[in-house]
Amino acid sequence: MLSLWLNVLASGILLGLVYGLVALGLTIIFGVMRVVNFAHGEMVVFGVYIGYWTVRLWNVPIIVAAAIAAVVMFAFGYLLEALIVKRFVNRPHHYQFIVFIGLSLLFSGTLLVAFGPDPRPTASQLSFQTVSLGLVTLDLARVQAAATAGLLIALLGAYLKFSPFGRSLRAAADNRLGGLIVGLNIPRIYAVTFGIGAACAGVAGALISPLFDAQPYLAVDFTLLAFVTVIVGGLGSFGGALLGGLVIGVAEAIAALMFTPSMKTALPYALLIIILVFRPRGFFGAKEI
Amino acid sequence: MTTLLEVENLSRSFGGLVAVKDVSFSLRAGRITALIGPNGAGKTTCFNLVAGALKPTSGRVLFEGRQIDNSPPETVCRMGIARTFQIVRPMREMSVLENAMIGAFSWTRNVSEARSKAYESLESVGLAAKAHARTDQLTLPDRKMLETAKALSTRPKLLLLDEVMAGLRPTEAAGIVGVLQKLAEGGLTILLVEHVMRIVMEVASRVVVLHHGAKIAEGPPGEVVADPKVLESYLGAGFHV
Amino acid sequence: MQKKFDRGVERTRWLAGITVFAVLGLVGLLANPYVISLMTIVLLFTFLGQSWNLMLGIGGQLSIGHALFVGLGAYSVGVLYVRYGISPWVGLLTGMILAGSVGASIAWLSFRFEVRGIYFALLTIAAAEFARIMFSGWEFVGAMQGLFFPAPSGGIEISMLRGDARFYYFVALALAALGIIGTEFISRSYLGYVWRAMRDDESAARALGVRTFQHKILVISLSAAMAAAGGGVLALVQGSIFPDSIMGMGLSVDVLIGPVVGGLGTTFGPLVGSLAAIPLNHLMSALGDSLRIPGLNNITYGVVLISVVWFLPDGIWPAIVRLCKAIQAPPTAWLWHSRKVEE
Repeated sequence: MLSLWLNVLASGILLGLVYGLVALGLTIIFGVMRVVNFAHGEMVVFGVYIGYWTVRLWNVPIIVAAAIAAVVMFAFGYLLEALIVKRFVNRPHHYQFIVFIGLSLLFSGTLLVAFGPDPRPTASQLSFQTVSLGLVTLDLARVQAAATAGLLIALLGAYLKFSPFGRSLRAAADNRLGGLIVGLNIPRIYAVTFGIGAACAGVAGALISPLFDAQPYLAVDFTLLAFVTVIVGGLGSFGGALLGGLVIGVAEAIAALMFTPSMKTALPYALLIIILVFRPRGFFGAKEI
Repeated sequence: MTTLLEVENLSRSFGGLVAVKDVSFSLRAGRITALIGPNGAGKTTCFNLVAGALKPTSGRVLFEGRQIDNSPPETVCRMGIARTFQIVRPMREMSVLENAMIGAFSWTRNVSEARSKAYESLESVGLAAKAHARTDQLTLPDRKMLETAKALSTRPKLLLLDEVMAGLRPTEAAGIVGVLQKLAEGGLTILLVEHVMRIVMEVASRVVVLHHGAKIAEGPPGEVVADPKVLESYLGAGFHV
Repeated sequence: MQKKFDRGVERTRWLAGITVFAVLGLVGLLANPYVISLMTIVLLFTFLGQSWNLMLGIGGQLSIGHALFVGLGAYSVGVLYVRYGISPWVGLLTGMILAGSVGASIAWLSFRFEVRGIYFALLTIAAAEFARIMFSGWEFVGAMQGLFFPAPSGGIEISMLRGDARFYYFVALALAALGIIGTEFISRSYLGYVWRAMRDDESAARALGVRTFQHKILVISLSAAMAAAGGGVLALVQGSIFPDSIMGMGLSVDVLIGPVVGGLGTTFGPLVGSLAAIPLNHLMSALGDSLRIPGLNNITYGVVLISVVWFLPDGIWPAIVRLCKAIQAPPTAWLWHSRKVEE
């Protein structure tokens, strides 16, 4: 019994780290640009497909697939911001929301055209291998995904905290006008921010590609999951995204054990509603909206 | 002479910063009173405390004998205190007339009644001819007057004006002074926040001077400008009387 | 002089409105079954779009989970009729009260803590998703397998709101007309002024005595009740209810496309937008099916949404009005209203 619970907890934490990475992408974009990326789930699914195809075509380790996803999705996010999103950054929320709905439809439509609606079972051998640590037995794919995600979160945190660019990024997040006045290159910061956000989503997608069947319809679920995660932690907060990811990961794992599958998917939303009722800005939420 | 508004030992701090410190004064009905002081003296904070936009850390505000400092702005407005904003905030997608109608809905639900009240308010500030314009077609002095007209439509007993003359040319300001004097003659009580003393001298019958959040002088304008403490605070802050 | 001018405008507007609905009535009498069923959906989404438009375009509150209210209306009608044989009229009323109360509760919960803007929008979507998942697992309402209305007997039964496709077309037409007249009516009443003031600047509105907390709850519950009525009829038209299609994210998006494309905050925007977008979507779906390109309609919708917000941020309808004014064709120009009642 104990070992069952430990297993559930551990796998929840592992997946939670990946959720944390997804949420981090969303929260960085929101924190700096005050824009909610409604097409975030599509970016995760892009990552899943990148993971699926690179592993399938070249049989590379999943870490390499994640690196490819990072590069591709960073470029994608950067260009998307520079070409489209930047025109809407200063518009009211509902305009931005509609633009992102449009982008999300466009991306999911493209995925459907490119890969068809049917799920593609994972191409990786990883999903069948396990590692044992005392009472806990975990599948290797999860451990690798979580370790990579955790490492990336730490690296990104350090980059934002210590590098000059990271500092100017945080300065722009604090005060856009002030940033403009002291001569920050706001358009470039925004494009890079969006690139980083998209890369987080893409890497997370590639990392979980051995765990989930690649399928365009996953996108909505990931978008909503990312929303729930960041709101639980607090929109715009780095630590909040990580904490939110872990909370949701563990909650889902426990719910899967105790309730029916539909209750498992409902639980994050129930959690979200409860949190909004009692702590409307999440655990570490920004004051200003 | 009746007292309309009483401010008793009002204080407000933000974090560690004390913006308003133990300020007391009272407003008499039918008079124009000015709240003056150099930039950062706590005028706007004091003003927002009276208007219900901020809650005091300590002290009380009484309007017609009733305590109002814990009431939200809409309640304060419905009791008879209307305010303007220092940074003009017209409702952008509504016409000048529609802007002036909103306040009237605090006492009526009848649209045509609200419309005629709005015309009346616009008339009294000299904006009636521009009733059907869009607000972004208005000049700055006109926008300031629209703010006043919006407030007047709520049928206030007390009108709070936050720097309605800031940023205006002297001739424009003179026009506004005329409007205010006419409103006061009609029985309206006005509290004016200004930092340009010259205008205040002309229009106010009583002046309250704030400096670093505390009241340093109160009285008729002639006496107040002669007060050495007032001179020192203004000159010290680099302002000219 | 102003009064006389207004009355002239008024008459033209009424005339134009009546003409539009007379044409739509003729469509119902003369068109073939395909057009009838397509137009029924257009009119229903005009009404649903109008409910969303009331909330954002006039009240200033963004909902991205309107499917919740649509679904509550659909299930109220469905469960009462299919399980207990109770008339859909009762179901519609129940649904409206239920959705109105749910809307009011969400609004109350969030505005109590001054949760607004994007947080409020995310709360609406969370509530909708939560409800969708709960209904998907709830056997009593048919769960994932759905709830089916018995096939219509053939005749028209007004008391049970049952009839053929043409009957439902006219029900949808009546609903759309009611939505437009109702919005116009509200827009001109004191509520319209107060809500638009609240939309443009909430704290300035409060300073003018507007009790924004109450008004936000009111506009949201009214919008929710309208959405529920539309949802109830939609369920009857489709003959079945599935949680994923009636309460899913996709429906929330479908609801807002009409008003966004047509013109946010305008009275005729949702109709114009639905007329433009829904047939296009159907066409693209059909084209996608025949060419075996499954995502074609999504791509089209996506491109349309982005282009509208990019090039015509006010929507199609205000653009048509501007064009008419520019070429001096007043009759249609006066149709545009709602935003600037006094002009």
